[in-house]
Amino acid sequence: MSTIDPDLRASGLSLAYDNRLVVENLDLVVPPGRITAIVGANACGKSTLLRALARLLAPRQGSVQLDGRALQSIPTRELARRLGILPQGPVAPEGLTVIDLVNRGRSPHQTWWRQWSKADEQAVHGALAATGMTDLANRAVDELSGGQRQRAWIAMAVAQGTPVLLLDEPTTYLDLAHQIDVLDLVTDLNRRENRTIVMVLHDLNQACRYADHVIAMKSGRIVAEGAPAEVITARSVEEIFNLRCQIATDPVSGTPLIIPMGRHHDVSDVQAVAGTAG
Amino acid sequence: MVRRSPDTRPDTPSDAHLGAPADIRPDGPADARPDAPAEGRSRGFLNLGKARLRSGGTAPAPSHRTFRLAAPPVSGILRPRLIAVCAALAVATFLILCWGVSTGDYPIGLTAVMKALVGSGDPGTLLVVRELRLPRAVVGLLVGVAFGISGALFQTMTRNPLASPDMIGITEGAGTAVVAGIVFGWSGGLGTQTFGLIGALATALLVYVLAWKRGTTGYRIVLVGIGVSWICTSATDYLVARGGQFQAQAALGWLVGNLNGRTWDQVVPLTVVMVVLVPAALMLSRLMRTLQLGDDVAAGLGTPVQPVRLALLLTGVGLIAFGTAAAGPIAFVALAAPQIAQRLARTAWPPPIASGLAGAMVVLASDLIARTMISGTELPVGIVTGVLGAPILLWLLIRANRAGSGG
Repeated sequence: MSTIDPDLRASGLSLAYDNRLVVENLDLVVPPGRITAIVGANACGKSTLLRALARLLAPRQGSVQLDGRALQSIPTRELARRLGILPQGPVAPEGLTVIDLVNRGRSPHQTWWRQWSKADEQAVHGALAATGMTDLANRAVDELSGGQRQRAWIAMAVAQGTPVLLLDEPTTYLDLAHQIDVLDLVTDLNRRENRTIVMVLHDLNQACRYADHVIAMKSGRIVAEGAPAEVITARSVEEIFNLRCQIATDPVSGTPLIIPMGRHHDVSDVQAVAGTAG
Repeated sequence: MVRRSPDTRPDTPSDAHLGAPADIRPDGPADARPDAPAEGRSRGFLNLGKARLRSGGTAPAPSHRTFRLAAPPVSGILRPRLIAVCAALAVATFLILCWGVSTGDYPIGLTAVMKALVGSGDPGTLLVVRELRLPRAVVGLLVGVAFGISGALFQTMTRNPLASPDMIGITEGAGTAVVAGIVFGWSGGLGTQTFGLIGALATALLVYVLAWKRGTTGYRIVLVGIGVSWICTSATDYLVARGGQFQAQAALGWLVGNLNGRTWDQVVPLTVVMVVLVPAALMLSRLMRTLQLGDDVAAGLGTPVQPVRLALLLTGVGLIAFGTAAAGPIAFVALAAPQIAQRLARTAWPPPIASGLAGAMVVLASDLIARTMISGTELPVGIVTGVLGAPILLWLLIRANRAGSGG
């Protein structure tokens, strides 16, 4: 099977809601076959950018291109076979079973009369297995726990079988264990199937640990991008998030680990405590 | 088109960290060709394989059956319960229709009715059945199907069971137009039907335009629709109050929803419209499956959201408008029939065909009751649909809640 690495890029991109400009004149190349995390403070335009990359939002100016073609010129179904998006906090209709949900991910490959082809079957069962949802396939999505529910939605996106997968805050509303579970799953999809992944993440430490490439945004502009160790420094975090911090090395992954300081804690406190103790 | 298919995945190492063995392979679906390379799980022709996808023994796992034909490459998911519900509703509807035709001042046996339907029997029976009683029954049948399918479309599109066309102003708009026609004395001949049609279409257009803001969303349509609905109701009440006693009575008679005195003249336009719109509704139902997951997900799955929503609106409005024009705004059918069908079939969405059949059954049964409840008087069918449909819906809701899958 010949595979062409997807080429997703934006040039001169400006995005707006009504008359409020959210992203202005932005250029971006998504590294193929890698995991990219978009980080930034609330309302910096990161979700808006992701929506534009998925064609959920039309550019005010500039364009997003996939494999050299403007997204706007690609037929809807064809685009849905190349690029998948999982929006933030999707809601399934009450009573919809996991397998029904996952099968709907096959829509861009199905026709009115062909709704369970061999490829559909393999993709759906493969997606269920990859997300560990096989045993829950016949359960209603709304009866599942938050973590299981998110895995069901990811299974739907996996079954869609797109080389590019965009995820908008896939760990929101999940407890820590389930957050790690979902991010491990995303890593599996990238490593085993060479899928290009772009996700918006809130947690900087998780972005550093799980992404190959970090895009830091502030006020609708990209302020830094590159490998986590290059992008995430005490200075850049202060600039992006307006937060004083120290950067340590994550003892498990070797990636940058952000230790926020805030107003009440400082290194001198620790030294003072150590001084009195010693 | 190069597409990375995830079909190599079962060979990947174990997903132990996710708690799932990687080699789980459901045994269901198989190739239809008997000579297909057997993979140890080929089941042959109409593979009715039941995927071994069971939940951990807690939930009563609904079976997941699929079929796949080789010659025409047709495949899909089989829903035995849905098929059974459709068949049962169809049989029940047919029997109620025959029962209704057999009932009247000149009673005819049930078997004689069925014979007359296929054209045999004495001329007197044939005349009564085919010219006098059948048109009324067929109008009831068609209107019920139209209301049921239209309700299913609206409820699925807006993801809201309350968003049936009789809640968001479309039937109320038809009512205002018809009453205006009666009060101002414009109607005559086909006037009522035409007015109903124009009123419904104009109101639908108004709702759509008012709800438009960079595209439409389901809940905007519901909110705007409820507002428009009340405006129309007020206008209708004003016209009725303003009109003379005779006109007010005629208006009220129409507003309740009525099958009295229907002839083939009402059947023909309705049939023509439904021959076009019902298949359109069934074609659109495939796209509705993604729309149900929300606009963004649907768009990501390759559904052109706004064109599909517009097509759904046009189809649903067409069905409800022509149905209302033929029989008046029969209460509650478009709201209740899809919900009844959904709960009988235990699906997560209102199934369109079953909704149509449930609508027909509710209308025909209500008409039968309306005609026989008080001897000598033919009540309008709309009085009964509410009384009959509401308890059925309540019973299904309560039952579903007790079973723990309420909604």
